[in-house]
Amino acid sequence: MQFNINGQTHEVEADIRTSLLDLLRDHLNLTGSKKGCDHGQCGACTVLVNGRRINSCLALAVMHQDDAITTIEGVGEAGRPMQQAFVDHDAFQCGFCTSGQICSALGMVGEVKAGWPSLVTADLEATAVLTPEEARERMSGNICRCAAYPNIIDAVMDATGDGR
Amino acid sequence: MNLFEYSRPEDPSTAAKAGSADGASYIAGGTNLVDLMKLGIARPTRLVDVNRLDLAKIEWRSDGVLRIGAAARNSNLAADPGVRARFPMLSRAILSGASGQIRNVASTAGNLLQRTRCPYFYDGVSPCNKREPGKGCSATDGFNRIHAILGATDACIATHPSDMAVALLALGATVVTLKADGQTGRIALDDLYRLPGDTPNIETNLKSGELITHVELAAPPSGARQIYRKVRDRASFAFALVSVGGIVAMENGRIASAALAFGGLAPKPWRDPEVEQLLVGQAPSTEAFEAAADCLLKDAKGRGDNSFKIPLVRRTLIACLRDLTIDGAEA
Amino acid sequence: MTKTPNSVTMDESAERIILDRGVQGLVGKSVARIEGPLKTSGRADYANDTKLDGAAYGFVLTSEISLGRIKAIDVAAARSAAGVLAVIVDHPLLPSDGSAGNASLKRVPRDLPEVDSYGQAIGIVVAESFEAARSAARLVRVDYDEREGRYDTTRHLEDVEHEPKGGLIPDIKRGDIDAVMASAPVTLDITYTTPHYFPAAMEPHATVATWTGDGVEIHSSLQLLKTARAMIAASLDLDLSKVRVLAPYVGGGFGGKTGTGPEVILAAIASKETGRPVKVALTRRQTAHLVHHRADTHQRIRIACDDEGHILGIGHNSIVSQKAGRSFIEPVSLGTLAMYKGEARSFTQSAVRLNIPVAGAVRAPGEAVGSLALETAMDELAERFGMDPIAFRKLNEPEKDPLRGSPFSTRRLVDCYDEGARRFGWDRRNPTPGEVRDGEWLVGMGMAAATRINLLQESHARVSLRLDGGALVETDMTDIGTGTYTILAQIAGEMLGLPIDRIEVRLGDTNLPPSSGSGGSFGAASSGSSVALACETIIAELARRMDVSPDQLVLKDGVATARNVQSSLVDLLDGDDIAAEGVIKPGKTARAYSQAAHGAQFAEVGVNAVTGEVRVRRMLAVFDCGRILNARTARNQAIGGMIWGISYALHEEAVVDKRTGAFVTRDLAEYHVPVSADVPAVEAYFIEDPDRHANPLGVKGIGELGNAGAGAAVTNAIYNACGVRVRDFPMTLDKILAGLGPV
Repeated sequence: MQFNINGQTHEVEADIRTSLLDLLRDHLNLTGSKKGCDHGQCGACTVLVNGRRINSCLALAVMHQDDAITTIEGVGEAGRPMQQAFVDHDAFQCGFCTSGQICSALGMVGEVKAGWPSLVTADLEATAVLTPEEARERMSGNICRCAAYPNIIDAVMDATGDGR
Repeated sequence: MNLFEYSRPEDPSTAAKAGSADGASYIAGGTNLVDLMKLGIARPTRLVDVNRLDLAKIEWRSDGVLRIGAAARNSNLAADPGVRARFPMLSRAILSGASGQIRNVASTAGNLLQRTRCPYFYDGVSPCNKREPGKGCSATDGFNRIHAILGATDACIATHPSDMAVALLALGATVVTLKADGQTGRIALDDLYRLPGDTPNIETNLKSGELITHVELAAPPSGARQIYRKVRDRASFAFALVSVGGIVAMENGRIASAALAFGGLAPKPWRDPEVEQLLVGQAPSTEAFEAAADCLLKDAKGRGDNSFKIPLVRRTLIACLRDLTIDGAEA
Repeated sequence: MTKTPNSVTMDESAERIILDRGVQGLVGKSVARIEGPLKTSGRADYANDTKLDGAAYGFVLTSEISLGRIKAIDVAAARSAAGVLAVIVDHPLLPSDGSAGNASLKRVPRDLPEVDSYGQAIGIVVAESFEAARSAARLVRVDYDEREGRYDTTRHLEDVEHEPKGGLIPDIKRGDIDAVMASAPVTLDITYTTPHYFPAAMEPHATVATWTGDGVEIHSSLQLLKTARAMIAASLDLDLSKVRVLAPYVGGGFGGKTGTGPEVILAAIASKETGRPVKVALTRRQTAHLVHHRADTHQRIRIACDDEGHILGIGHNSIVSQKAGRSFIEPVSLGTLAMYKGEARSFTQSAVRLNIPVAGAVRAPGEAVGSLALETAMDELAERFGMDPIAFRKLNEPEKDPLRGSPFSTRRLVDCYDEGARRFGWDRRNPTPGEVRDGEWLVGMGMAAATRINLLQESHARVSLRLDGGALVETDMTDIGTGTYTILAQIAGEMLGLPIDRIEVRLGDTNLPPSSGSGGSFGAASSGSSVALACETIIAELARRMDVSPDQLVLKDGVATARNVQSSLVDLLDGDDIAAEGVIKPGKTARAYSQAAHGAQFAEVGVNAVTGEVRVRRMLAVFDCGRILNARTARNQAIGGMIWGISYALHEEAVVDKRTGAFVTRDLAEYHVPVSADVPAVEAYFIEDPDRHANPLGVKGIGELGNAGAGAAVTNAIYNACGVRVRDFPMTLDKILAGLGPV
């Protein structure tokens, strides 16, 4: 199987059943993406596929051979302000969910820029603006058991220039 | 997870043939199927990847019908400007389901066909007629907080977990399919699902290999108001305990038409024409809404942990009907 | 050169706070975590991220009954499955479940294999890939001879063990609570219940084991490495020196990683048997049964008052469940012992023995669930007197420990009430429930007191002042998200006069000096003191070299100044590192003073008048927990604890199937912890009052204090919002709905 991950092409021989998450972790030593539940319930495995955030644990690697996959290790310059904001705002404690939070936040910001509404968007037809309330709803697919949520939202708002 | 053969056909008819083979399963987003395969609950021996079939489009036909590709992602459907403008309850329903990550992957057809979240179905071990017909149901006298109060039998009280399907049901969606023999099928969404009876393992009326290609929605009555209200244990990222999708048109202060669908109550998204008929022609009033709730719940059966759903849906329905029939609600 | 250890036993209160000598200006400041860049770039390696060539994957086999005998295990199909290296079900050292104590792990008896709780480990499949191991595990067929077990606490409340073995606090009876209850004019006698709770750390327990000769290296997710090493050695019949345990990064613990889980031993056995490094990660669903949980509780609270609201007697008598034969009894009344006045006092913990997985310590054992009951009861009583809940608590604020008679080391609870009330805007609270409305939402405010005992544990650390002008801190302490890396760097930098980027901190390796480990909120006080004491020795040596007394020496930015003489630390080193070990041990001050951290918690909630849904709108707390080492990480710990309060009051419930003894709500879709949308703005403030009696740093534990009282603040706010009092936690909407008026 062939994959495009963080801008690099990888040839991998793997069991057909391998999840994208296990491919990254077990075959490519990209262990930044974490396995918190392996069933799409925690978000710790979030990566960007063609710019979209997804749970890599629920993806079969074999189905993503033509996609551009970005993990926390490959967020590069685009990810740096978010990473720095997470440090500045102490947006984590144990850090286990952090890679997923950051990838999710990066994907989420793209969704807002694309004008996608969320459940808490009062006017579905208005242009979406990232408010703290919006960020809370949109980041709810990423569980943080240490419960650094208020700091995560502060970091996200800071990194995105208060959503504008 | 068992081993499987993987194929990725380029056209629907090849897919439908591949999908009719023994042990075959279609996969689009995989957010539910992979989950169940990991637990050994779904054991397809052939996976037919339908992501190359050009079924992801969301198109408006000239007759005003919205034609949603089966592989359209939940996120894209919810964000579609036309959907937001004309079917806001559909957007809301989708956005109230799962998480951003899952919606980015989950497909329209996959959402409709997702399996129950009954913990006994999921544990892979407890007796479960849905998983292993004839073994019995562990939920009827077990922990059944999320289970059905309508449409269930002693064989199975599992609920269907979809939010999107509830909205589509209220909007009168039609499911378009491609059968293994190349024929096109059309099924009203309500008829897609089967009630458990004594065969809860058979959940839909789809034939072997029958591939959902589209979901169609006719234009809603003009001026009708729509609502989707979901009640759950967390503010986000939780399955519905109860949900109500409704669309009501008013004329001269009376209800001209009403369509109501419910999630979390039954083994399938639930719609009761009697309830709707009862409302049509009525002026909005607490009495009329209570009568509608009484009608909805006349055969409701709580089994302990889930008995609260009876007052909960009653109250939620009344509040929704108020919002749908008084000024200031979302149009 | 290596100096002799500087060992201090806290038999006497500190004359001054050891950190006060520093002028570097690091301690107490808001300092970013030094490991932050690693954690935000995916480069912090947790146990299962350990990269070892040729690693194989283990999948734990678990029992599908709760109680009975294994008649036969058929592993033939699994053994012959593709990619399988080994299926181990009859190794003499196989463990069954984790240990919450210090003993070796219970072994599965080989002659008569017994299962005594659901989901117990009965073996392991090792394969070339995770998928191969998991699918082969499903091919193992186990034939059981099942017996009827006891799974439901409520069915056995009449059959309890009094003062059970393994209880953390003895039964305490002072005066005659029954007589006081019978004669007092105002009494409350209510039973509150809490469910089983999971610690649910984001990182499921995982171990990578590898052998070198007859020694084993264990990379695992653990809180207490010294204890874990001893347990692993005992479980594997190895000498302590043959076991090295590493846990540089731990993805959350919350008590659940204080013991040593069976996956650790299974990984070691599997590695030995296959000659390969073996990775074993529990699946999220396996953690429900293989990681200890917090026991369910039935708490009878009795409070007797005179006509003015003075408490005359207080009783907190609880029944908790625990697996048959296992120690650790949830110390439910721990936070009640010294909380309020009252001559008559009765505190007991009794146990119902069940055949369910083992219960153990989860974040703030005792206080978390105990405060839910006690602080709800205080709210109920305040209302009976028509008193403000804060005024009622102040009226019953003791001057000294009401149980032991000893002085409080420090107790600024009243200040917490006052400052909290002011910051929160408590004066805007309408005392009559159900009167404040915001559209469909009923809005209310609530508060509760928080307390958590303060502990100190023996802890060792080594600090080396190095030739490059930096310092190295080494201890086997863990950082489970608590900020240990950073506060130890701050302490060393403050003491030695070095900027934080000149401090390297190495943690989580049993080759380093043994520490307290992380648990019981004693980590910062214990490991921090040992680091400061080590630095003290280095400072004395530097002073000697400058021919001054340590008090005359000022250290800042790598320069030592004394009597107008300046010297760089590098020059003072004279070509050799100075290394010193610091040791702190608890002593007599632990008994001479009643030591606890305190706080006041406030919450504003909305309750949906239609559905009973609860949304916490804001939370605020003021804590008194001694000196603050790092304002940023301390606040984070505190708000995390407060959000745990939302969680155990409203969301979490590990449901046991009463027929089978299995947990039903096994994963994060079923076991609800809050998501971001559930969590509003949360504020935490500190009253800084260094506690000289607690430890040389004057700090107190924070991590567990945050969840004490937080849940009750939320549920008291719910009562204020809608007038519904629920005494059976968690307070899910179905329970609130029953008390709401018509739509």
